Amino acid sequence: MLNLTLSHYLILSGLMFSVSVVGIFLNRKNLIVLLMAIELMLLSVNTNFIAFSHYLNDTAGQIFVFFILTVAAAEAAIGLAILIVLFRNLRTIDMDELDSLKG
Amino acid sequence: MNLETILFYLLSLMTLFSAGKVITSRNPVHAALYLVLAFFSTAGIWMLLEAEFLALTLVLVYVGAVMVLFLFVVMMLDINFEQLRQGFWRWFPFAAVLGAILAVEMIEVLGNAQLPAATAQAAPHAANYSNTKELGRLIYTDYVYVFELAAVLLLVAMVAAIALTLRHRQGTKKQDQSEQVRVRRNDRVRLVKIAASGKVAATEIKQG
Repeated sequence: MLNLTLSHYLILSGLMFSVSVVGIFLNRKNLIVLLMAIELMLLSVNTNFIAFSHYLNDTAGQIFVFFILTVAAAEAAIGLAILIVLFRNLRTIDMDELDSLKG
Repeated sequence: MNLETILFYLLSLMTLFSAGKVITSRNPVHAALYLVLAFFSTAGIWMLLEAEFLALTLVLVYVGAVMVLFLFVVMMLDINFEQLRQGFWRWFPFAAVLGAILAVEMIEVLGNAQLPAATAQAAPHAANYSNTKELGRLIYTDYVYVFELAAVLLLVAMVAAIALTLRHRQGTKKQDQSEQVRVRRNDRVRLVKIAASGKVAATEIKQG
């Protein structure tokens, strides 16, 4: 408990992941907070990668995090661009309104 | 209990607290700012794991660029956020139970996991070890093609984001130089035959 081990970091990122899953359920109408919850999820996954990289003494894990950060930044930029286009067309970002493909 | 452990628990509490506030904040601006706090404290945890370069990248790229983008978008859009919170409490019990199950399972599994013996203690680095140098060496040797691919991906993302939000406004007066240069005589000049004498005009009227 008092000596830091790999499990500490894994549990921390597991808790962060659970919090963001709960966030996705709670804010199912608000697209912006959904995107933020996804960012939190990616953060917890990255923490996992870095913890393993540190305790296995293998830098490859940090390279993975580097690329995940790149992809996540691209994803956030495109996600927000889509959100703006959506708001321009529908005047809302309510997920329940996005049902034009429902038929 | 050494300093590292104290820092770990402090930063973990900060991260989890701010993550909780991100998903429960009434105002998305507050949620974005709490997400910044979560990024900062996670960067601290990454520092504890001796990933200095990535911790700094997280602060610079995420707090400096991505979160500012989020804040811009939240403030630019005129949205009734109260209306978007409908159903928040209706889903709360379900989400809380699900999250609790997920968390308990993960703690149970990860806390008692039979991790490989090599992971018990992190190997200490040499005194002149530089995390940034090591990452740079790997990126520009073993992972150089993936690195190039990431650069292309960022370019594609930039073009896509601009193309998605670009809006051609109607009714603006502007010159199109290439069209002006490309113009031919036939596009602009029209020769109309007009009869010169009144006699011919009279016959035309008669025929008509």
